[in-house]
Amino acid sequence: MTMDDKDRLLLTILEDDSRTPIADLADMADLSEEEAAARIGILEEQGVIRKYRAVVDWEKAGEPEVAAIIDLKVNPERDFGYDKIAERIGRFSQVRSLRLISGVYDLQLLLVGRNIHEITSFVAEQIAPMDHIRETATILIMKTYKENGHTFFEREGGERLPISL
Amino acid sequence: MRDFVAAQARKIPPSGIRKFFDMVQDMEDVISLGVGEPDFATPWNICEAAIYSIEQGSTSYTSNRGMSVLCQEITRYLDDRFSIRYSPETEIVVTSGVSEAFDVAIRTVVDPGDEVIVAEPSFVAYSPCVMLAGGTPVPVQCREEDGFRLNADALADAVTPKTKAVVINFPNNPTGGVMRTADYRAIADVIVDHDLLLISDEIYAELTYEGSHTSAVTVDALRERTITLNGFSKAYAMTGWRIGFLCAPKEICDAALKIHQYVMMCAPVMAQVAAIEALRRSSRERDAMVREYCIRRNMFVRGLNRIGLPCHMPNGAFYAFPSVAETGLSDLAFAERLLSEQGVAVVPGRVFGESAEGHLRCAYAVSRDNLRIALDRIETFLAGL
Repeated sequence: MTMDDKDRLLLTILEDDSRTPIADLADMADLSEEEAAARIGILEEQGVIRKYRAVVDWEKAGEPEVAAIIDLKVNPERDFGYDKIAERIGRFSQVRSLRLISGVYDLQLLLVGRNIHEITSFVAEQIAPMDHIRETATILIMKTYKENGHTFFEREGGERLPISL
Repeated sequence: MRDFVAAQARKIPPSGIRKFFDMVQDMEDVISLGVGEPDFATPWNICEAAIYSIEQGSTSYTSNRGMSVLCQEITRYLDDRFSIRYSPETEIVVTSGVSEAFDVAIRTVVDPGDEVIVAEPSFVAYSPCVMLAGGTPVPVQCREEDGFRLNADALADAVTPKTKAVVINFPNNPTGGVMRTADYRAIADVIVDHDLLLISDEIYAELTYEGSHTSAVTVDALRERTITLNGFSKAYAMTGWRIGFLCAPKEICDAALKIHQYVMMCAPVMAQVAAIEALRRSSRERDAMVREYCIRRNMFVRGLNRIGLPCHMPNGAFYAFPSVAETGLSDLAFAERLLSEQGVAVVPGRVFGESAEGHLRCAYAVSRDNLRIALDRIETFLAGL
């Protein structure tokens, strides 16, 4: 797989706004529209671009979400390590992200539900009783200040001079 | 009462953009492409390091040269990024921005009566600083047909028995032009033949878009006769911190350090702490900003060409430098009318030197959205001519 600066420019632009029109993409990467489209096609085929998705504010859509981080201590399995149990947990649609981590716990997942009850019962009934799970810790998320690189608070920027040389 | 203002202070020209500055101040809804600084805030880890150091009571003078840790970090950085080597103990002075570094460099080497060749178009402070040191600035024009690089023949033509030094700035403000190894070799021959000193302001080094920056002193013949200036303002969005540095062979550096010591004592300690953090842990932020400038450059320059303002693709800095020759307007008239009729502020090229006349400096260190609006407004303006 050969990646060059132009590819990385395209990825940077799409990561910020995946609906950027092809004409704009071509301009911003200094390519022809045909070449920009062809390069994006290759990046999709290669799985460098995994998916295009919308960032939705479900609270505004009338469906507020509750989220929690769940840390798990897991007994690894011979031949499989943590992979098999992780795949099992990852299948639940409630699990938004799942990672193997260093430190006291082994797996960390981000869980979403409609309310706290959904979260706690999911952990108690679905996750905790699984084989190989030794311990769970549920950490409710109370407020999100930053997500996916975007801060949710406004800061007054300093005034720049209108013209400087 | 006598006129207390010294002749030299009276002689240096006022800033060429005062008028624009005043006009912009009084207008609403102006998109300014006239700002020669990043639109990003300084990366937070850099701010945090400075805040923490203040909380810890780190508020006193540092050594004149600059904190030794910072000198080491800078020389390591220069080696890593540009393959140039300076001694952190003897060949560097940390200054209050490149502005101070330039003034110190000039005063270190210029005697009254000396001529200093200044490659134009250039940043506006060079010639006044030369004059304040009693020297005579001699402009040499970098032409569009040469990619706004310094042509060795043009340089040779400007040399006289009085010439002491040559000032260059690549990547260039305002043209965005860059110099490569072959270009430096060509001017090195002239500089060595006439036994001159080179002062190379490389503040835009990190903002090089195709390939990586070539530092003047990578040409061996220039190493012993060059003062390299650089800093943190552009690469790390740290303009307001006023932190830069000067690197030169020991004998020159020793003299520069004396001047710096008497006029500045030391660069502000909090800015030095911030600079250490910038060099240690901010390359990711720096590279992300450079990539964003590259995206903006591409869309803006292609946009300018599409709407009928011919513009070369600049390889460095964050300025587009379109020509207005085909519009029949002078750069000054174009800039004044564009501001008053469409609310877009740009800087007329003539401010930067004779060869910049007929061009505009448009800083694309503004958001993509504002660049799009600016392009629309310029297009409307052109349609009305």
